[in-house]
Amino acid sequence: MGMDTVLWSRLLTGLTLSFHVIFATVGVGIPLMIAIAEFVGIRKKDAHYILMAKRWTRGFVISVAVGVVTGTAIALQLSLVWPNFMQMAGNVIALPLFMEVFAFFFEAIFLGIYMYTWDRFRNPYIHWLLTIPIVIGAGMSALFITTVNGFMNQPGGFILEAGHFVAVNPIEAMLNAASPSKAFHVLASAYLTGAALLAGIAALTILKKGKSDYAQKSLKLMMSIVLTFSVLTAIAGDVSAKFLAKHQPEKLAAAEWHFETERGADLILLGWLNAEREVMGALRIPKALSFLAFGDFDAEVTGLEEFPSDELPPLIVHYMFDAMAGIGFVLMGVAVLYFALLLLKKREEINRWLLRAIIVSAPLAFLSVEMGWFYAEIGRQPWMIRGYLRVEEAATSSPSVVFLFFLFLLLYIVLGVLCVIVLRRLFRNNPADLEFNKYLQDKELPPIGKEGSN
Amino acid sequence: MISYELIGITVLWIFLYGYLIVASIDFGAGFFAFYARATKQDHLINRLISRYLSPVWEITNVFFVFFFVGIVGFFPDSAYYYGSALLVPGSIAIILLAIRGSFYAFENYGSKDNTTYLFLYGATGLLIPASLSVALTLSEGGFITEQDGVVALAYFELFSSPLSWSIVALAIVSVLFISASFLTFYASRARDLPALKLLRTYAMFWSTPTIIAALTAFIYLSQHNERHFQNMMDLWWLLALSVGFYMCALWHLYHARRYGLAFVCVMLQFLCAFFAYGIGHYPYILDPYITIQGGATHESMGIALVIAFIGGLCLLIPSLILVFKLFLFDADYVKGRK
Repeated sequence: MGMDTVLWSRLLTGLTLSFHVIFATVGVGIPLMIAIAEFVGIRKKDAHYILMAKRWTRGFVISVAVGVVTGTAIALQLSLVWPNFMQMAGNVIALPLFMEVFAFFFEAIFLGIYMYTWDRFRNPYIHWLLTIPIVIGAGMSALFITTVNGFMNQPGGFILEAGHFVAVNPIEAMLNAASPSKAFHVLASAYLTGAALLAGIAALTILKKGKSDYAQKSLKLMMSIVLTFSVLTAIAGDVSAKFLAKHQPEKLAAAEWHFETERGADLILLGWLNAEREVMGALRIPKALSFLAFGDFDAEVTGLEEFPSDELPPLIVHYMFDAMAGIGFVLMGVAVLYFALLLLKKREEINRWLLRAIIVSAPLAFLSVEMGWFYAEIGRQPWMIRGYLRVEEAATSSPSVVFLFFLFLLLYIVLGVLCVIVLRRLFRNNPADLEFNKYLQDKELPPIGKEGSN
Repeated sequence: MISYELIGITVLWIFLYGYLIVASIDFGAGFFAFYARATKQDHLINRLISRYLSPVWEITNVFFVFFFVGIVGFFPDSAYYYGSALLVPGSIAIILLAIRGSFYAFENYGSKDNTTYLFLYGATGLLIPASLSVALTLSEGGFITEQDGVVALAYFELFSSPLSWSIVALAIVSVLFISASFLTFYASRARDLPALKLLRTYAMFWSTPTIIAALTAFIYLSQHNERHFQNMMDLWWLLALSVGFYMCALWHLYHARRYGLAFVCVMLQFLCAFFAYGIGHYPYILDPYITIQGGATHESMGIALVIAFIGGLCLLIPSLILVFKLFLFDADYVKGRK
């Protein structure tokens, strides 16, 4: 009975988080894109970019709503589902949790102001300035909450005495060894995903309705951001891998199915394990794991054999790691290809296959974020606070958690489906070009001729 | 020097009061918006309501998370007891909040005039205060059992207690009263006379049940928790002030003038009652398991949190003032010209 509720508690939290992370990523990533688009628009005096910022904001608000309510859910579930964890760790992690809410508060206030003050200031830059607190608030809340997760992976800033944390230093707990690389990786990948999403939408519009100035400008702007942040995300991933090799070797070893401690370790891609736990059918890149872990092809990488068997993470994380990293490189490749074609064939020629690849990149980017989090969280098993509190000691003992899992599942299905329906309705009958001409009319300027088929 | 845990609980209590006011306006507005559509009067008030709510609905939600994260941070033991006991009612409250928040956005920014969305939005507006008030009832003690380290909620005691039902009733009618008196004020600022007329009748109507429910809850509290009741009786002057402000608010509403002052009186009425209740509860956060001194976090964390409070408020207060200036006291916005 006790064990059963642990599993369901994990499933419930996993469900809420994997649903929330979609909207959280949008919530962190999109504001930067809105800010960039509005800035470019004001700078170039190009109303297309202003319209981009407007349309993205309108869609953004819908997803923020879902992000807010699922964020509230996870904030409460931490105490409801993991009461022992919060009682014990609350003493150490309350500060970043609290500051996260402040950052979010800040963002919420300015998002409200931003949406309802278009055309209210004479100087357009004043309205644009409102995006800065939104971008900072979103980024900071991601940063703070990531330090909490960092603490659970790499606890610090306290002394343990008879099962209680004493001599707590909240700042030290926040600035634990895991936080910097995690925060870097989370922010870079959120901006990458946000840009990939908007690029995908622009590509879809071009593919379905033909070229238009609006869609092409939006595609080009977003692809340049995809390129920038895919490179930064790759760097962040490399930093994270080096962190793991040093501080959490069992997590990296589980991801790479690296059983024996050895020098010059191979990097293993895909494959499967047979009954004797031997790696079959995998691609091996000689000595690459050592290089990934320590920047030296002959460095020694700790294997799983060094750890007690009841402290090993599940080996399935290998696939999650591969999926995350693989998609990251695909996104980068697509962005490079886009700019290569743009340079070679000049501006107007856009390959249909490339457009399809850009469209597919958007859901892939989200999948990569999910896989990355799955890897980070499942790779921490069996610990809730690594080295201090095991998951089964932290969960609630209430059998109601099974029923609640299904209730929340239902809720998320309803919210997810409605969110998509509402977003589609919002944009489908109101294409950008139509809105653009209306926008110009409102400003009492003559409409300009459209290019492209629509 | 006041101890950090006392500062903590005081600030949290002020925040909870803030949530009580802004959330009541929001919850009540949802109900009135639906009620008005059901009675075909929505053309009178719905535009006014959405004009006020659209920029601020998200802020309301953060107030709640803020209080919640704050109390768990300052008093980690409360996470253990309340967390364990409130798994089911807390989760239901989360679901209701989730439906409400997202459906507000769906209705307001997405597809307008969807009556189902509006119904869910209105109905949850009354159910959420009811489900959240369970936490307040629990704090009085006697509804939580602890056996072999397993904390559970005594459902039978909870559902059969007149105290818990009177608190639920108080929560609901207060929401409607606070909301109606605020919206009356807002309509008067917008010089929207038909809306003003309708909202004023709502405010007048809900004033009576509010005072009756408050008295009832008070009487049942005296039977359930003698200590708390006695403490509150010692603060009789605060309670008397509360009744005084109530009368003052009612007088202005009745004479149909100075609605701003009337709403301020309503706020002060609830402020006095809320603090009489809170101070009377001292030193318990959960009778008899958690006290303010015994359940507090380590000193270093407590001080860090107080510093974060102050830093955060330095950011928040100017931003909130900006929101008020732009959307509440900007006559052009309120009248719908911007």
